[in-house]
Amino acid sequence: MFGYMGKILRVNLTTGSITTEALDFELAKKYIGGRGLGTKLYLDEVDPQVDPFAAENKIIYINGPLSGTATPTGGRYMVVTKSPLTGTIASSNSGGEWGAFLKYAGYDAIIVEGKASLPVYINIVEDQVEILPALDLWGKYTSEASAMLREKHPESKVLTIGPAGEKLSQMAAVMNEDDRAAGRSGVGAVMGSKNLKAITVFGKQKPVIANPDGLKTVTKECRGLIKENGVTGGGLPTYGTAVLVNIINEHGIYPTNNFQGGYDPGAEAVSGETLTEEYLIKRSPCHHCPIGCGRFVKSKKHPDGIGGPEYETLWVFAGDLGINNMEIVIDANYWCNELGLDTISAGATLAAAMELYQRGFITDEELDDDIKLEFGNEEAVVHWLMKMGNREGFGDMLARGSYRLADYYGVPEYSMSVKKQDLPAYDPRGVQGQALQYATSNRGGCHVRGYLISPEILALPEKLERFDLEGKPVWVKIFQDLTAVIDSLGLCLFTSFALGAQQYADMVNEVLGTEWSAEELLMAGERIWNIEKLFNLEAGIMPEEDTLPPRFLEEEMPEGPTKGWVAKLDELLPLYYKERGWDEDGIPTEERLEELGIL
Amino acid sequence: MAITVKLFATFRVGRGKIVEMDYVPGMTAQTVIDSLGITAPEIAALIVDGVDGKVENMLKVAIKEDGYLAIFPPVAGG
Ligand code: SF4
Repeated sequence: MFGYMGKILRVNLTTGSITTEALDFELAKKYIGGRGLGTKLYLDEVDPQVDPFAAENKIIYINGPLSGTATPTGGRYMVVTKSPLTGTIASSNSGGEWGAFLKYAGYDAIIVEGKASLPVYINIVEDQVEILPALDLWGKYTSEASAMLREKHPESKVLTIGPAGEKLSQMAAVMNEDDRAAGRSGVGAVMGSKNLKAITVFGKQKPVIANPDGLKTVTKECRGLIKENGVTGGGLPTYGTAVLVNIINEHGIYPTNNFQGGYDPGAEAVSGETLTEEYLIKRSPCHHCPIGCGRFVKSKKHPDGIGGPEYETLWVFAGDLGINNMEIVIDANYWCNELGLDTISAGATLAAAMELYQRGFITDEELDDDIKLEFGNEEAVVHWLMKMGNREGFGDMLARGSYRLADYYGVPEYSMSVKKQDLPAYDPRGVQGQALQYATSNRGGCHVRGYLISPEILALPEKLERFDLEGKPVWVKIFQDLTAVIDSLGLCLFTSFALGAQQYADMVNEVLGTEWSAEELLMAGERIWNIEKLFNLEAGIMPEEDTLPPRFLEEEMPEGPTKGWVAKLDELLPLYYKERGWDEDGIPTEERLEELGIL
Repeated sequence: MAITVKLFATFRVGRGKIVEMDYVPGMTAQTVIDSLGITAPEIAALIVDGVDGKVENMLKVAIKEDGYLAIFPPVAGG
């Protein structure tokens, strides 16, 4: 068996049993690995109607066939489970090194089931796997818990949750290497519900490569393409993802004040250029990554340096809250990592709370202190973030996320979310393809299920007119399917700024000894997309939820270069369903499922 | 009258963040990038008076008397 380690680890926290089983190689090849295989394994074992916090729910940590190989960015892993935020399938992706080390320990995946009666962590050193007590770690912020675990297991890579996960916030992240996050969809809370604080992993095994010389050649070629590319060899290494602040703002799709506006004249203060000039200490790349978009930055409060904010984080703790203060963003990012909170949903929930306050739904009497939840109030950001992560006072309401908060006041329309997951940093009114992608994403509001910003704004691989509808459903489908492939291979999505489906096929073929064409790989991506959809339907997430908040469908953008536009979803959705080969109600047809080898 | 040119990322090196230029009737984005020593293939996104599009098309657009340009090299993220 090439590429894969051929072994799945199963840990039952209720019974304490630890077993291994052989990977079904044919199944693995059909669903690639990572997001695809993880979803298939999950679907085969768990009832889609399961309560995400029940002991019957399972959580899978899975790498891909390219994880732990010499391929560029091959260090990633996926966390697959049912999302407590959305009720959809959750597969949340993280970089760093943990995913590669899971492979070096000899495993393609860990399936964790049941629920421990007291807090525990799992320690894996190749064949030695133990469930150990974690009472001393419970309640600790992520950096402290990680440091304690590194002291006990100096060689190991640490994955952990913070207080937000322990306290079952639907926005809780899984953190690894201190500042890398499987951030979205509340996967950290599923760990918390199982009393599982952390997983440490170490090993020295290596996957066997089918054609080592061929892989060397292809890897060299791909690394060359990444280096030569203006984005992956220039923009991203130099400025990080923060470089997007200005370009998104200048197109008038930089959401301000909970998406009430789309242009911020003061955005330069939190731009990638400012971050690089005034705060950057060094780059901080993930395992085997030649791009190195990660930042290590300093600020007044953190003079020795900490992990720096990504674009989404900069936007959500700046423009979306009516603030432009880099010091506050860096501090908020730090505390999200410590609490184990998804930065996007945490910030977006503060933004929704501020709009609810602005409109008189949240009142001063309800807030248990006098720090007002007002747009532009710098003091409110970290203050309410801490209360959210620790579920203190009104923070307990905030910890449920923007949708549940706004719904409590009877006005869910003020949650800028799709399927209860908050939208990221691009107003869909000015990017019609991205609008369609948001609405149809299998895990709710998300930009990394298909990054249409790439052609609509960044001109990659070519410039599409952003307000045009023509052809967009085709682009959305291809982007969604290719993203599913990259997420399943175990690579970083950012490689796709420089590489195409053919390069991914070349790499995986050398590793697995397969002869897949780019088309076959894309078909595997489509297969993955369809099984995710089937899970969601069986979980009760119906196509009526393939929509956007009314603000984007009915209220014209009031300002800036996107002024006057709404998202034209009603025109795009039927064309998208048709493109996918689904029926007009958005349900996959038997015929298409058979063609994809699912039925 | 003057136009404003906003520069971003590596285009700022040696040029600064913002360049003001005298307005000349019939002036296009092409005129502006020529005078800044930027070539079309280096540009990933070009916005003229709030309107974007394919770079080759935008370069031909006439700028308003008190208009502005925003010029970006290849950048991305997510
Ligand atoms: S591009 Fe950035 S996120 Fe992706 S693997 Fe490299 S450092 Fe990690």
